[in-house]
Amino acid sequence: MTRKLEVVATGALALVEDLGRPGLAATGVGRSGAADRRSLRLANRLVANPEGAAGIEVVFGGLAVRAHGLLTVALSGAPAPADVDGTPVGHHALITLYPGQVLRLGVPPTGLRTYLAVRGGIAVEPVLGSRSTDVLSGLGPEKLSPGTILPVGTEPAELPLIDVAPVAVPPGDDVVLRAVPGPRADFFTDVTALARTTWTASSRSDRVGMRLEGEPLERASLEELPSEGLVRGAVQVPPGGEPVLFLADHPVTGGYPVAAVVLDADVDRAAQVRPGQRVRFVLVPPPWKDTP
Amino acid sequence: MRVLPCGDSGLLLEVDGLPEVLALADAVRAAQPEGILDVVPAARTVLLSVEPGTDLAALRRTVLDLDVRPGAAPPEGERVVIEVVYDGPDLEEVGELTGLGPEGVVEAHTGTPWRAAFGGFAPGFAYLVGGDPRLRVPRREVSRTSVPAGSVGLAGEFSGVYPRSSPGGWQLIGHTDAELWSMERGALLRPGCTVVFKAVR
Repeated sequence: MTRKLEVVATGALALVEDLGRPGLAATGVGRSGAADRRSLRLANRLVANPEGAAGIEVVFGGLAVRAHGLLTVALSGAPAPADVDGTPVGHHALITLYPGQVLRLGVPPTGLRTYLAVRGGIAVEPVLGSRSTDVLSGLGPEKLSPGTILPVGTEPAELPLIDVAPVAVPPGDDVVLRAVPGPRADFFTDVTALARTTWTASSRSDRVGMRLEGEPLERASLEELPSEGLVRGAVQVPPGGEPVLFLADHPVTGGYPVAAVVLDADVDRAAQVRPGQRVRFVLVPPPWKDTP
Repeated sequence: MRVLPCGDSGLLLEVDGLPEVLALADAVRAAQPEGILDVVPAARTVLLSVEPGTDLAALRRTVLDLDVRPGAAPPEGERVVIEVVYDGPDLEEVGELTGLGPEGVVEAHTGTPWRAAFGGFAPGFAYLVGGDPRLRVPRREVSRTSVPAGSVGLAGEFSGVYPRSSPGGWQLIGHTDAELWSMERGALLRPGCTVVFKAVR
């Protein structure tokens, strides 16, 4: 029997994501991939997949999937309560789904995005080397909807070695992100104001970026900036002064100044911030020195 | 060259203008420094984004030591020929603006090879530079709400081909059937490649 996952329910949004399509940014195609790469990697390691195998990224829980064939899966990221046909199961642990069994996720008490890895990986057709859905460019598979059938790949030769991994769950209180002053920090009267303000994550946030609400950052000059390349984690400040922290599906270039760049590891934590949650930045020096 | 910080994700290299961008991007692509995931040229900058954990201090030294020669002949590289039917709605006007006449515009557009300098705007779109300087024309005063895919246009020092139908303010001189973008192959024109236009009927 071909192994498949049948989507029964999706909640707010459920997407197939792997680690994205690097190397194409110069042609206008962003990296995309899991918003919280660390959690996807962990879930994949638990089922002994390659770290970059495609899994399901679930926003605010609510996913339900039925197993076609015998499947081994694992959950990571936002700790949505989960059950298999009504029997509770844990995160960061191997879960066996017998044919016909349904794995169901509730709403996570903290965090935003839960990852489901399946041994063998979600095997939808890749687009430009990746199975990720990029919500900005529209590349990759359609968002999941009830009735979607997802093929599952061949199980890897490696066997799962860990039953349960102890992992810190995303916090429910203020999230502190480390950031380096950005390439255009000098476009602002005082970039350290970014770190003195307690920001609130807006409900208009998505995989493209987290919009932050708070005391607007003041521009030192309104000098025009030709568009330039952006990295994931860039904190860009549009004319209104309220920053956008770019996440997985950020545009490849942008014309507003970047005040700071969040350290790569902390961008994964940023992807777990819920709308309404408070965010603070700590400015740290760049990991290199500006001396010849 | 100024090396500007981008956290631990990369370096943004800022230079004086497009000739420097082209030469710098050429030099980086030729040197292939370790850890680089993406080289993203733009109008005045080249972004190098790196794999996590890459030694950015070392990368910075490597970049500052590169032999960058603005205006030098481009390295031997990919060459793309694009067949164009020169029947664009703005061909007459461009002929008048440049004083070349429609036939002169076609001759100038096909006579000098262009180079893809940088992308942006839409997947598969490339800003082409280095063509005949007599072809510099302003954008249209009023943008079109819809420019068909495959339209070949001019704006300022740039030429370009619309990969898909979109609004646009470029002066349209022709159209091509070439597939600028496909899901299987991605972009036809990658920054750094040489582009030659060929007139067809």
